[in-house]
Amino acid sequence: MESIGTLPLLEMREITKTFPGVRALDGVTFALKAGEIHALVGENGAGKSTLMKVLGGVYPYPEYGGEIRIGGEPQRFTGIRQAEAAGIAVVYQELSLVQDLTVGENIFLGREPQRFGIVRWEELYRRAHQLLEDLHVAIDPRTPVRQLGIGQQQLVEIAKALSQNARILVLDEPTAALTDAEVETLSAILHQLRTRGVGMIYISHKLEEVFRLSDHITVLRDGRTVGTQPTVALDQSRVIAQMVGREVGEIFPQAVHAPGEVVFEVREMSVEDANVAGKMLVDGVSFAVRRGEVLGIAGLMGAGRSDLLTAIFGAHAGRVSGEIFIEGKRVRITSPAEAIKFGIGYVTEDRKRFGLVLEQTILHNMTLAALRQVSGSFVTDADAEAAAGEKSARELRIKARNVFTIAGTLSGGNQQKVVLAKWLLTKPRVLFLDEPTRGIDIGAKQEIYAQIIKLAHDGLAIVLVSSEMPEVLGLSDRVIVLHEGHLMGEFTRTQATPESVMSCATGHKLEKIKVKR
Amino acid sequence: MSQPVHEPTIDRPPVTTDAAPQLQVGGFRIPKEVFRTYTMVFALLAIWLFFHYKTGGVFLSARNFSNLMLQTAVTGVLAVGMLMVIVAGQIDLSVGSLVGLAGGIAAIVQGWYGYGLGVSLASAVLVGLMVGALQGWLVAYANIPAFIATLGGLLAWRGVILGLSEGKTIPIGLQSFKTIGQGFVARPVGIVIAVVAVAAVIWLTLRRNRGRRRYGLPAASAGNLALRIIAPTALIVAFIMTLNSWAGVPIPVIILLVVALSGVFLTHNTTFGRYLYAIGGNPDAARLSGINLRSHILAAFCLMGALAGVASIIYTARVASASPDAGNLLELDAIAACVIGGTSLMGGRGTVFGACLGALIMASLDNGMSLRNVEPYAQYIVKGAVLVAAVGFDMLGRRRR
Repeated sequence: MESIGTLPLLEMREITKTFPGVRALDGVTFALKAGEIHALVGENGAGKSTLMKVLGGVYPYPEYGGEIRIGGEPQRFTGIRQAEAAGIAVVYQELSLVQDLTVGENIFLGREPQRFGIVRWEELYRRAHQLLEDLHVAIDPRTPVRQLGIGQQQLVEIAKALSQNARILVLDEPTAALTDAEVETLSAILHQLRTRGVGMIYISHKLEEVFRLSDHITVLRDGRTVGTQPTVALDQSRVIAQMVGREVGEIFPQAVHAPGEVVFEVREMSVEDANVAGKMLVDGVSFAVRRGEVLGIAGLMGAGRSDLLTAIFGAHAGRVSGEIFIEGKRVRITSPAEAIKFGIGYVTEDRKRFGLVLEQTILHNMTLAALRQVSGSFVTDADAEAAAGEKSARELRIKARNVFTIAGTLSGGNQQKVVLAKWLLTKPRVLFLDEPTRGIDIGAKQEIYAQIIKLAHDGLAIVLVSSEMPEVLGLSDRVIVLHEGHLMGEFTRTQATPESVMSCATGHKLEKIKVKR
Repeated sequence: MSQPVHEPTIDRPPVTTDAAPQLQVGGFRIPKEVFRTYTMVFALLAIWLFFHYKTGGVFLSARNFSNLMLQTAVTGVLAVGMLMVIVAGQIDLSVGSLVGLAGGIAAIVQGWYGYGLGVSLASAVLVGLMVGALQGWLVAYANIPAFIATLGGLLAWRGVILGLSEGKTIPIGLQSFKTIGQGFVARPVGIVIAVVAVAAVIWLTLRRNRGRRRYGLPAASAGNLALRIIAPTALIVAFIMTLNSWAGVPIPVIILLVVALSGVFLTHNTTFGRYLYAIGGNPDAARLSGINLRSHILAAFCLMGALAGVASIIYTARVASASPDAGNLLELDAIAACVIGGTSLMGGRGTVFGACLGALIMASLDNGMSLRNVEPYAQYIVKGAVLVAAVGFDMLGRRRR
């Protein structure tokens, strides 16, 4: 596979990219040869996606620093079109297909074969059919994309990329939502493309897959290249060590929880998609949390984790069924107000969208959910409120001039603390945390981890949803795993290893794993 | 740079992170929000001085000032209600027609059926409240966009009053009713109002300061404290003295003051007001924080309707008759007043004070241009331009931040 002496297909040298206040890429160097699968790995926020956006022309020159060469020629992409013209095709993590158009229309979107401005549909579908056949994919190009599963959509994206005669194909987390069979199809296609001389950049968190597929592995950490090595010269633990650059134990304070009695339990929770009748987002999930316990919910994107929490909280648009028990008593929750009354707090995902009123002060955000308790049932007491807010801000170590600072001007970590403070002021008995550290820096993460441990220690029951495996494993006393709305397994702290949980999250029943061992 | 690195949305360095947006003016650092409020005050003063000069001193004479305040009253009352609707992220286009309807019914009740003052006042407010409740229900519970629900109202209520009045103008016979729009309170009452207002300012300022100290928050300095008392006191005294030097404080102005102060209290000192701002600022976050969006939006429309009833009383009493086209386009004046006063039509931002200031600016333009005998066509153009310019400046200021 090593083609010694020939120029690399793609070279990226000393790439830097700065966002206001953050250097996302800090001198990344990366080279890709024709006909190789080159894996790019790193933690969330290491800069992988940013690097690919530089390559794909999403951040045009001169918004980044450094040099890009393709086949030895320096390139300065001023937009996505130029990058495409140079033979780069990126299949992004979020699929970018138009759901209501057909497969063929999507593949040739904006580049439809035409004569005198009139689309030649027969030609379009003939070529689409050919492309799909070359990939050994059995999809009718006249199928509306909406009718396809995520995995098939991914293959359509790849066909679309190839229709542009891409020499360089970037796949950003292509298998995150795929079933095993679909992953097999995908790897067969990638191997086939390798023989055609296409250079592929493969971004994935799933190291097993990376080792099975790739020829080289480049590890990024904190916006820098840690190193590039042939895959055969590496093993998983060395890659993990390079990715993390620190021991996991350092980040997660050692938890000594002594869980008490069950305070919160749900039985047979099911949630139907509000838009698609009959589609179950959550299907018969039961779990219980004890006083002082952290229960982690693991699962891939779309496994139904947030839907489950939102449904319990009385805030889901779809039809919800199931039983909820608080301290053994059956309760009915039909609105967030009732959930709050029963002592449930919910730190929602996406703080900017669901958590904060960005243009209001820290104080007004903090007291939003508990305003009547903190400030008065109708007439507010500004002083009592400010005092409560200042106290929380001190306890959670929110860094701001004062509590009258506008929430939108805070850093992500501080915003997250404000949302946490909002829910702590409601004095919850059980606290849901949905992606509580997404997009915040390591320092703020550690502070939030310390808070979670402290809250559990003080007797709060905590339900933690996170896409970051180390976070779930590092903080939880117990982990349950969801896959496509179903409860797939439950692990104690000692049983829960990244491999066992991930395997479960991708749809393997727990029993099967046990048998394997 | 050994800083941990993340996705684009993230953390500015701590140093710049936490400062409230401020503006350096001379030696003073003024929070942007305060500055915004005062730009409108300066704009108002500029308009006043311009007209005063152009009208050879007539504009700010006691007599015209009294007139100006009277003209502000109707728009002001509507603007207070409109502010709450807009802050909650909604809009009400029906208030002009509603003023016509409520005023017409008040006139019919007394003119055709011979009821007294109490019944006609109550009927105006009640009609407003019921219409507000209906439209609020359509918006909050039937999920019809406010723009559409109230656009329907704009047409329908005008039709209702045209039908009820058979297209005729109904004169107001009750002197007591007319007094509400045309009367003045006796000068000593004005003085009592001034004294009470000054006392209230002092009490509130000191109480606030005491409260801050009690909770261990930094208290205001003595100079700051004095300024906070002296400035409003001077304004109150000048205001009452000017009006008293003509005929006393007009009753509509007293109504406006009561409505505006209640509005300030409601938006600033109650959970209801806080929820309105949260709902307009981020409905998702508000809902997930346990706020009942529907009931609050319904309540905002009810308040708007009731205030349209109040405004219709002032309007009808002042012109001493109810014509079927009364109140035409008033909704746009009220919306314009809010927007000029810094209210965001996206919801979540705006103050009662700003809305009243906006109403005063609109009335000043009307009054000044009428004094100058500016042609009606030009008046429309000027008011339109001022509205767009006010928002334009606002957007410019925002972008720089």
